[in-house]
Amino acid sequence: MVDSRFTRNVLIKTVLLFAAFNLLFAAIDPVQAFGNLSAYNAIFPGRPRLPFGENPDKAYNFSIYSLDAMLASHEINAHRAATPAGATYRVIVVGDSSVWGTLLTPQQTLVGQINAANLKTADGRVIRAYNLGYPTLSLTKDLLILTLVKKYHPDMIVWMVTLESFPVTRQLTSPILQHNADLVRGLIHANGVRLNSQDPQLVDLSFWQKTIVGRRRDLADIFRLQLYGIPWAATGIDQYYPDTYDLRANDLDADPTFDGLKPPHLVPADLSLDVLKSGLSLYRDIPVWVVNEPIFISNGRNSDIRYNFYYPRWAYDDYRQILQSEATQAGWHYLDLWNLIQPSEFTNSAIHLTPNGASILAGKVGKSIIGLAGSKPLE
Amino acid sequence: MTLTHILVFSAAALAVGLLANKRWQGWLILVISVVAIYWLQLASPIRHLDFWLPTATLGLVVLSWAVTRTSAPQKPGSSSTPVSTGSNGLAGLIVVLIVLGIGLTRYTGQFCCLVSSIPPEISQIGLAIGLILLLVVGLFRFSPSVKIGGTIAILILLGIFLVLKNDWLVMVTSTWLRFLSGQNTSLTRVTDLRWLGYSYIAFRLIHTLRDRQTGRLPSLSLQAYINFVIFFPSLAAGPIDRVERFSKDATASPQNFSEMFNPGGERVVFGLFKKFVIADALALVALNPDNFAHVTSTLWMWVLVYTYALRIYFDFSGYTDIAIGLGCWLGIKLPENFDHPYLKPNLTAFWNSWHISLAQWFRAYFFNPLTRSLRSMKRPLPTSVVILAGQFGTMILIGLWHGITWNFLLWGAWQGIGLFLHNRWLNFSRSHLAEWAPPGWLRLGLVYLGTFLTFNYVTLGWVWFALPEPIQSLATFQKLFGL
Repeated sequence: MVDSRFTRNVLIKTVLLFAAFNLLFAAIDPVQAFGNLSAYNAIFPGRPRLPFGENPDKAYNFSIYSLDAMLASHEINAHRAATPAGATYRVIVVGDSSVWGTLLTPQQTLVGQINAANLKTADGRVIRAYNLGYPTLSLTKDLLILTLVKKYHPDMIVWMVTLESFPVTRQLTSPILQHNADLVRGLIHANGVRLNSQDPQLVDLSFWQKTIVGRRRDLADIFRLQLYGIPWAATGIDQYYPDTYDLRANDLDADPTFDGLKPPHLVPADLSLDVLKSGLSLYRDIPVWVVNEPIFISNGRNSDIRYNFYYPRWAYDDYRQILQSEATQAGWHYLDLWNLIQPSEFTNSAIHLTPNGASILAGKVGKSIIGLAGSKPLE
Repeated sequence: MTLTHILVFSAAALAVGLLANKRWQGWLILVISVVAIYWLQLASPIRHLDFWLPTATLGLVVLSWAVTRTSAPQKPGSSSTPVSTGSNGLAGLIVVLIVLGIGLTRYTGQFCCLVSSIPPEISQIGLAIGLILLLVVGLFRFSPSVKIGGTIAILILLGIFLVLKNDWLVMVTSTWLRFLSGQNTSLTRVTDLRWLGYSYIAFRLIHTLRDRQTGRLPSLSLQAYINFVIFFPSLAAGPIDRVERFSKDATASPQNFSEMFNPGGERVVFGLFKKFVIADALALVALNPDNFAHVTSTLWMWVLVYTYALRIYFDFSGYTDIAIGLGCWLGIKLPENFDHPYLKPNLTAFWNSWHISLAQWFRAYFFNPLTRSLRSMKRPLPTSVVILAGQFGTMILIGLWHGITWNFLLWGAWQGIGLFLHNRWLNFSRSHLAEWAPPGWLRLGLVYLGTFLTFNYVTLGWVWFALPEPIQSLATFQKLFGL
């Protein structure tokens, strides 16, 4: 015999408990903390690059906003405590999609090829590089990652940059920044960079959006990331590799503008040099390489106006000059590799490399790492 | 069915179960079910097809009902629903009004999301309705014998089934439909022609037609017949009920709703959890045509295959739980489709507990008639041959019911061979081991061993089911066994 009072009481208690849990959840806001609970590096091997992707069914990987979950899934998190101090020389490489390795397997990326070379420092330590690149173009995104990876106590930083990451207007366009508004505001205030901490692009959650119901997508993403650990472990695949893709454009529009700027001159104020300097100041105690990464140099239509889809010649030339000048003045370890790679070694974008292109770059960067390893840090 | 569909259906079932008396329930279920077949129909790039397919479903249902209403003796004492010409006319009128109402959204703008694209012109809809009515009137007027009428109807249903389950025929038909609607035929895709729930609807219709031919079908009103065939909780994923049982519940005196609320709610909640939490999570990991080739080790391949086995169970049984729960709220006790199938100690027991309603359908309309006819031949075949033919044929047909592909055929053959081997083992053990009485612990151990072997045999069978090409399945087997 069913007791209707019992049913009613169950329903009422369910509703009350559900409401209470939601309110408590919103008050505590534990989503970031949940991100640290990870099956990676315990049940599944850590990922060699940060989670990113728009094709999870085929890539076993996808973009999430929880930076803690992203870092917890990375292989660097396993080596945080496991590696005896001094046994390896740990190099963190940050940058955009060219570092992350669009269209490249983890082994084919810049970092993968540096590691494959089994480089050693002068004092015999094995150089182990970590790919902390993330496929959006923003120095502020790099600064955020550099801030978060300090806990891994790297021995060297390699910061791959390109002009497209520098414009002030582009700094907060990355979704990973927009959905970590508190962290970004912290960066802005701590470093005094020229960014608006009240920028409308930053996503602020209301109290109700912080409830379990409001954050269901974030929670599901953290859970999904753990599940994708199984196919990742089973296949070693973390990116969708299409059979064909459109090559970077060789014929270009006769557009001389860059980010709304017109020739003749780019000035330092147009660039977020303050963000770059903030990142460098974070790591005063270890050597940091700033590398102007290779770009595709077109020889097609309007190549006299533009180097490629991203850059008009005047803006890029000015950028190189500004960066070189800043580096010289401040004594940065700066490498300008803008024309290192042949045009045939670029894939679907003016900054994405073929495996061979990444190998050439890895050779150059690897030598630079060895050259600087053991040298005195910046004063 | 998406979560939104299920939540809306739950609200509708609760409202109907709570508010309406038995008499009104039937009419409300009719309205909701007719609307549901349009709402659930997947969008098609072929112009207006997502309107015409549900309309064709209704046409087939009404015409099949008309065939079953032509002269034939009723089984004495069989349960029946009250039938009157007025009631049938009203049911027909309601269906026509709903179809026309949905068709009118072409001019008024889409009402919510009842159809995926703009319906065809009202004159075309009127023409289609007129044609169906003409055929119904013709059937009543000329009253063909149920043997001929039923057989033709079954052949038409099987013909459509054949087209829908074969990729090549789907392509041919889709190309033809694109040509008729003046669309680019080079864009034809195998996904153009996805008819919601046809596999289940066709098998329910064939069941009523065959039972009518054998005189077992109760007399049914049009409303009761439509409700049985397109009952909205079981429209998309079954179970395949039997009409005698369904109509008995539909006409039974109403139960106290509070007595149905708890068991129904429990099934719906469990079903939602099984489908949307467990199965959907496992789907990210389970064996599929994309990941099978990427797996690098034997161990992980086993993980993916086991995950698929669990995923398909939780997915399908979750939907069944939801259907049974919704049915319960409406006072209809749909049959169980699963009974802990992975815990069965042999394959025969597994097939008595996996997709039970489909297996029973094939047993009633294929296995039993086939084995009966083979046994009654002038020169009777050996029992083992009869069993082999019956089990093998049944399982292959069950395989092909999912789609006419080599892999479904091989999956059916895999199950047929397993069932036959188990049958022979049973026969052998009965004749040779009848007097062997193992101690309790050994008996228990054998049951566990049987369960382990059965689960793994079934799981390996899913390798055929999960992948579209035999070569992919063979590659998977190679990796599973480290070959």
